[in-house]
Amino acid sequence: MNLSRKWLTEFVDVSDLSDKDFSDALTLSGSKVELWRSPGDEIKNVVVGKILEMVRHENSDHMWVCQLDVGRDEPVQVVTGAQNQQVGDLVPVALPGAVLPGGKTIEAGKLRGVMSNGMCCSWNELGMTERDWPHNPEDGLFLLNHDPDLLAENPQPGEDITRALHLDDTVEEFEITPNRPDCLSVIGLAREVSATFDRPLKLHAPVVKTVGGDIRQSAKIDIDDPALCPRYTARLVKNVKIAPSPLWMRERLRAGGVRPINNIVDITNYVMLEYGQPMHAFDFSCVDGGHIIVRTAREGESIQTLDGKDHALTPGMLCICDEHKPVCVAGVMGGANSEIVGDTAMVLFESANFNGPSVRRTATALGMRTDASARYEKGLDPQNTIRAVERACELVEMLHAGEVVEGVIDVIPRELPVTTLALEPNKINALLGTDVSEEEMVRILTRLGFDLSGDVLRVDATYARHYKNIVVPSWRGDVEHYSDIAEEVARFYGYNNIPSTLLRGDTTCGGYSEMQKAENLAGATCRALGYDEIITYSFISPADYDKIGWSAEDPRRDSLRILNPLGEDRSIMRTSILPSMMEILARNYSFRNESVRLYELGKIYFKRDDGLADEPKVLALGAYGSGGFYHLKGAVEELLDALRISGAVFTADRSNPSYHPGRCAVVCAGDTELGVLGQVHPAVAKNYGMDVEVYCAELRFDRLFALRGPAPVYKPLPRFPAATRDLSLVCPEHVTVGELTAAIQRSGGQYLESVRFVDIYRGAPILPGFKSVTFSLTLRAEDQTLTVEHADETVKGILAALETKLGAVIR
Amino acid sequence: MKELLKELREKSLAAIAGAETSEALEALRIQYLGKKGELTAVLKQMGRLSAEERPIMGQLANEVRAAVEQTLEAQKKLLTDKALEMKLAAETLDVTVPGVEPRLGRQHPMYIVLDEIKSIFIGMGFDVLDGSEVETSDYNFTKLNTDEGHPAREWSDTFYFTPDSSILLRTQTSPMQIHAMETRSLPIRIIAPGRVYRKDEVDATHSPMFHQIEGMAIDKGITMGDLKGTLNEVVKQLFGPSTVTRFRPHHFPFTEPSCEMDVQCHKCGGVGCPTCKGEGWIEILGAGMVHPKVLEGCGIDSNVYSGWAFGFGLERLALRRFNISDLRLIFENDVRFLEQF
Repeated sequence: MNLSRKWLTEFVDVSDLSDKDFSDALTLSGSKVELWRSPGDEIKNVVVGKILEMVRHENSDHMWVCQLDVGRDEPVQVVTGAQNQQVGDLVPVALPGAVLPGGKTIEAGKLRGVMSNGMCCSWNELGMTERDWPHNPEDGLFLLNHDPDLLAENPQPGEDITRALHLDDTVEEFEITPNRPDCLSVIGLAREVSATFDRPLKLHAPVVKTVGGDIRQSAKIDIDDPALCPRYTARLVKNVKIAPSPLWMRERLRAGGVRPINNIVDITNYVMLEYGQPMHAFDFSCVDGGHIIVRTAREGESIQTLDGKDHALTPGMLCICDEHKPVCVAGVMGGANSEIVGDTAMVLFESANFNGPSVRRTATALGMRTDASARYEKGLDPQNTIRAVERACELVEMLHAGEVVEGVIDVIPRELPVTTLALEPNKINALLGTDVSEEEMVRILTRLGFDLSGDVLRVDATYARHYKNIVVPSWRGDVEHYSDIAEEVARFYGYNNIPSTLLRGDTTCGGYSEMQKAENLAGATCRALGYDEIITYSFISPADYDKIGWSAEDPRRDSLRILNPLGEDRSIMRTSILPSMMEILARNYSFRNESVRLYELGKIYFKRDDGLADEPKVLALGAYGSGGFYHLKGAVEELLDALRISGAVFTADRSNPSYHPGRCAVVCAGDTELGVLGQVHPAVAKNYGMDVEVYCAELRFDRLFALRGPAPVYKPLPRFPAATRDLSLVCPEHVTVGELTAAIQRSGGQYLESVRFVDIYRGAPILPGFKSVTFSLTLRAEDQTLTVEHADETVKGILAALETKLGAVIR
Repeated sequence: MKELLKELREKSLAAIAGAETSEALEALRIQYLGKKGELTAVLKQMGRLSAEERPIMGQLANEVRAAVEQTLEAQKKLLTDKALEMKLAAETLDVTVPGVEPRLGRQHPMYIVLDEIKSIFIGMGFDVLDGSEVETSDYNFTKLNTDEGHPAREWSDTFYFTPDSSILLRTQTSPMQIHAMETRSLPIRIIAPGRVYRKDEVDATHSPMFHQIEGMAIDKGITMGDLKGTLNEVVKQLFGPSTVTRFRPHHFPFTEPSCEMDVQCHKCGGVGCPTCKGEGWIEILGAGMVHPKVLEGCGIDSNVYSGWAFGFGLERLALRRFNISDLRLIFENDVRFLEQF
């Protein structure tokens, strides 16, 4: 909402306040000033000049050399190519050093050999349009004396043009919150200003002079849908004379950001800015039967709106119709079929109240948000319609734009509710943490238009006492509860005057949940292992599943789909974190980052029957250029270790399409699959533009958490020395280290403490198809120094088991 | 014999002192003190001496033996020390060569800030909650006093999963207020950080996915002064003790009274500069007293209990904290960026 400070002055006098003080105070009382500017800010050193003499340029057949009185002792010579001026005309003269809108600067110079000490300007060069100066032609100089209002003010040569053209105003741009549509008006803001600075609010009661007659003889109004139209108020104006509106009205419309059109249309816009009540003017001759029917559109109806666009209307859209057709989309925009035109003779002013959500839905569906719909959709004051239409008629009279017909049609299908509340100072102070007196509260609320002149008896659970009764003003539909009253009190008591206190009451422990502690531990472990944390988008493209090698039938593709995504790229909720990790690895690869290790603890999303999602967290590791499979596996083992998950088993998985068939493992603990790790399939890596070995692990964090081990308990250190035995075993290639290890553990008896894999050897003298695997065994007895016999016996048992079960023999 | 011993003493001590290796030293020990050594040979002649001479010579011989042994020992230590010294000299390193060490991974800058905020609130007795991102419009809007028809519900602003607009990606962490009030016992003190989603195209200041932190305290007798006090304390811990704040009235459907909190611009100190768009203040968060309708909707008696809630954008804090100019860096995850934190 743009507010002209000059216009504001009509309602509350704060002209002594600087723009900064004014803006700061209003921002702190709840009407946030985004910025302020003066319409003349961009114009410097342009003055009124009177043409004293004009002669043809000696070297040009179209230029004139003018001598201008700019209020100095000597005339100033300016060359111009314009043709519409005459001696005696008043024109804007940009003197040397002048600045024009857009930053253009003017200097003295020669034009075809003749000195020109400045430039005579058109309104276009001053940043304005023909709408602002309807009495001046489109081409040529801006002749101030052609505008009757300017001429009446008798501008003097040398006068600053911003003053002469009334551009020396300040326009404040407010950010108005959606609960305060009343502040989308000069009067609404004036009320806030009055309360903020504690100065009197001067409201004006419109006085309408009529020429007799009776609107009821010409017009009839019916509301078919009272829920969508709580009030419809109308007045009739005859013998309309369409003309430009006067300067003072045009400049206020411009300050408010509205283009002047003609007197009737300008009046409706002026009233909207002043009262916050959108209005519409119909050419009454186009309303068939003089009968206005407020109803929802019928199947197949359409309308061409004032902007020239055709719209198909759908049932549910509220329209203003005559007996045959829609003539206006209610609260949004009028129809071209009843537009005010040059020869309009009779005008019906509509000042109505419409249901906010209904207007919003219609405006959204039609793709046209207007000044009117933006106000209506927030819910307007139903009591404002009559004041607004009276003001419009007063302005018609004032502008000699027509003759007002006697009578008002004011349809109120249902009684309009009034909100009353009790003023409970103790409750308000308890909520705010303040000690504001009741008198102060009354003073603040009264300034804002709340009526506290009566008492109400309110019966509490324990005792009865009198409270002041608050009648909430009709324009404050947002106030319905004592907490709303508390906000009004707080706003003008000053949020920054409320003492800052710390929480009291029962103490609470606070802290991380067990899950969050585990997450913190996992993150710290990943970082200790050299992995950097990343954050990726939760939504991906369906095509990402192709990129990670999933078949078209893969059930994991069943993802939650966003119906209105920003684009296909971000249209489904990921059921795998791999595409996100691959995207980031690929991006780093394209940035030529050589060695990269990344982790993310992020969610994946699975459809649930109730339409919502299961959102387990996945711990993803991703790396390239920093080690191979066993580095990745080592990291996973460390993570399992950090979470005290024991007995995890890694099994080769040749069937995961995202991973290298010979370098992929599933990790399980008991029956629970914890995740997958391995080298990303080279074809998948290639899909992401990477031709290096890429390693990823995807671990279901919810399962890691569920299987995490208990806090450690100290075990006494061994009292007796251990014996070590290194075993180099020859076995067929297909026998895995895991199988060998398991066999050793199973057959190790009571003395085998641990088995450590040392290395694998292939080549002579080992035969092809075989390999040599070396283990280091630690043997220990708990209660004595292990005897050689016991150690040898243990190894013998192990070797026997290895040979029979796996065909592995000692080398 | 006396002369013989004297001569042997001088000769042997000189030889030992001249030994340069431990091998030479050992040879000298054998030469003098060994079974067939020279001193041993002299001692063997003791039997031929008279009874008077024998103790005198015996004593003398023992003195010589002790002297030789002592000198051997001293020379041995000398040689060991020297050998160690040479070994150490040979092992000298250039300490200016860069160290070899396992590289630590880095935490994402946004989660660094998040952890700080969590710690501050945990210190004040708050629990940290985690919640679903796929949410019902009931929790995201309706129970937060945001009517049907509120612009935030538009399909142009919110991502939906169902044609009837009933299931969506949460646009704010505020649904966690409702979940907390419905499931936890009073008093409640929680924060709930998490991902939220709005239909904004990616640019330097917007992202369709971003993070918020919700905070809420519900108890008997909680005031707006408590809200101010708590938030002031948090901001001072985050941005330093000299941070200046102000509170402005604002509007949120689920708080009443509502406010926004600004901190004085760190660049210009409140005078106005491009960083703060000339306002001198930078908006940090929205907050307010939990709307009585919201409390009642969750079965909490608003005549007995009151509370406050706030919500702020984590990205904005992280950008400000680390002087990051472009939001896209946060989600790009370039390691050259990540390594800086």
